[in-house]
Amino acid sequence: MTKSDWPLWEVFIRSKQGLDHKHAGSLHAADAQMAIENARDVYTRRMEGISIWVVESKYIHASNPSEGSSFYDPANDKAYRHPTFYKLPDELENM
Amino acid sequence: MKEQVKEAKIRKAETERLRTIYFLLKMQVNLSIYQPINFLLSQADNSLILGHRNSEWTGHGPILEQDIALSNIALDLVGQARNFYQYAASVANNAGHSHGQVTEDSLAYLRDAWDFKNCLLVEQPNGDWAKTILRQFLFSLYQFYLYEQLRYSKDEMVAAISEKALKEVTYHVKWSSEWVIRLGDGTEESHTRMINALDELWKFTDELFIPAAFEMEAAGNGIGTDVAALKSKWFAKVIEIFEEATMPITNLSNKQWAGLFGKDGNHSEHLGYILAEMQFLQRTYPGCEW
Repeated sequence: MTKSDWPLWEVFIRSKQGLDHKHAGSLHAADAQMAIENARDVYTRRMEGISIWVVESKYIHASNPSEGSSFYDPANDKAYRHPTFYKLPDELENM
Repeated sequence: MKEQVKEAKIRKAETERLRTIYFLLKMQVNLSIYQPINFLLSQADNSLILGHRNSEWTGHGPILEQDIALSNIALDLVGQARNFYQYAASVANNAGHSHGQVTEDSLAYLRDAWDFKNCLLVEQPNGDWAKTILRQFLFSLYQFYLYEQLRYSKDEMVAAISEKALKEVTYHVKWSSEWVIRLGDGTEESHTRMINALDELWKFTDELFIPAAFEMEAAGNGIGTDVAALKSKWFAKVIEIFEEATMPITNLSNKQWAGLFGKDGNHSEHLGYILAEMQFLQRTYPGCEW
């Protein structure tokens, strides 16, 4: 069992008040169960959270930063895409 | 004038320090005859010594996450010890045996080895990772069934401490049992190391289930529990885990430790070294604070 055999996992933690899991860091583990326990030991020591997701890093696909300008800049000046041009009826309380 | 005030302050601090040492030394002799405290001390000593042993791994673990995991377990154990020591100190002080001077620190740092009531298993050297894991598994499983019962203690404080500790120990059992399986059913080397660990540690397991006098008294009062009755559940779970770990489940060495027991203050040479390291600072600078 050499360390290089243990895949890298990304850890996502949801806090008590939170609705979404936030990326907390990464760690090495031999399998998913061990990854979750390691995440519990490393990333929830100070009551950071109550739920853990782990994903092997190789399954995370990320956008390419160098493509950032073509991916994201065009959205900057298109105000008509924001849903702010109509009035909601008062009866819709939680929209 | 300033010099005189300074002198007086130093002399006053010195006198306080000497008075504290005197009372604490006197207290050591009185406490050992106080049975209800012995029950609490035994729980605390077990947790403190094992917590200390585990802390020896900090910075030396085989891989980062396991170093943190074992350090967390050490902290959990020391926390349990603190809870029991604090309660023992208040019981001792309320009973009027100790001039009100007993504290969790004096109990942990100023008693000698023969006054410690921990079992022999927890003072064994760490050895390799396999031995540490196996020691943790065998002991945490015992603590699990013990605290499961102590939750219903007639003593509210014991029940509260046990309720909290049970959550921690549940995780200790999960973590250590999985490692026993990983190493037992691992490579040839890890399996051999687990077998060696078993040969070294199994002889100290009987003591966990042989009640000391103070445990029998505590059980009789409804404060403690009959530790002998925990053995069958403990053994069944050990066999279950050992089977999955491809470790021997028959002919587990019948050679149990034939000497006197740690719970009665008869310790191996290891405890002396542990305390020498652990207690050095408090004994050299009594009453020192961060």
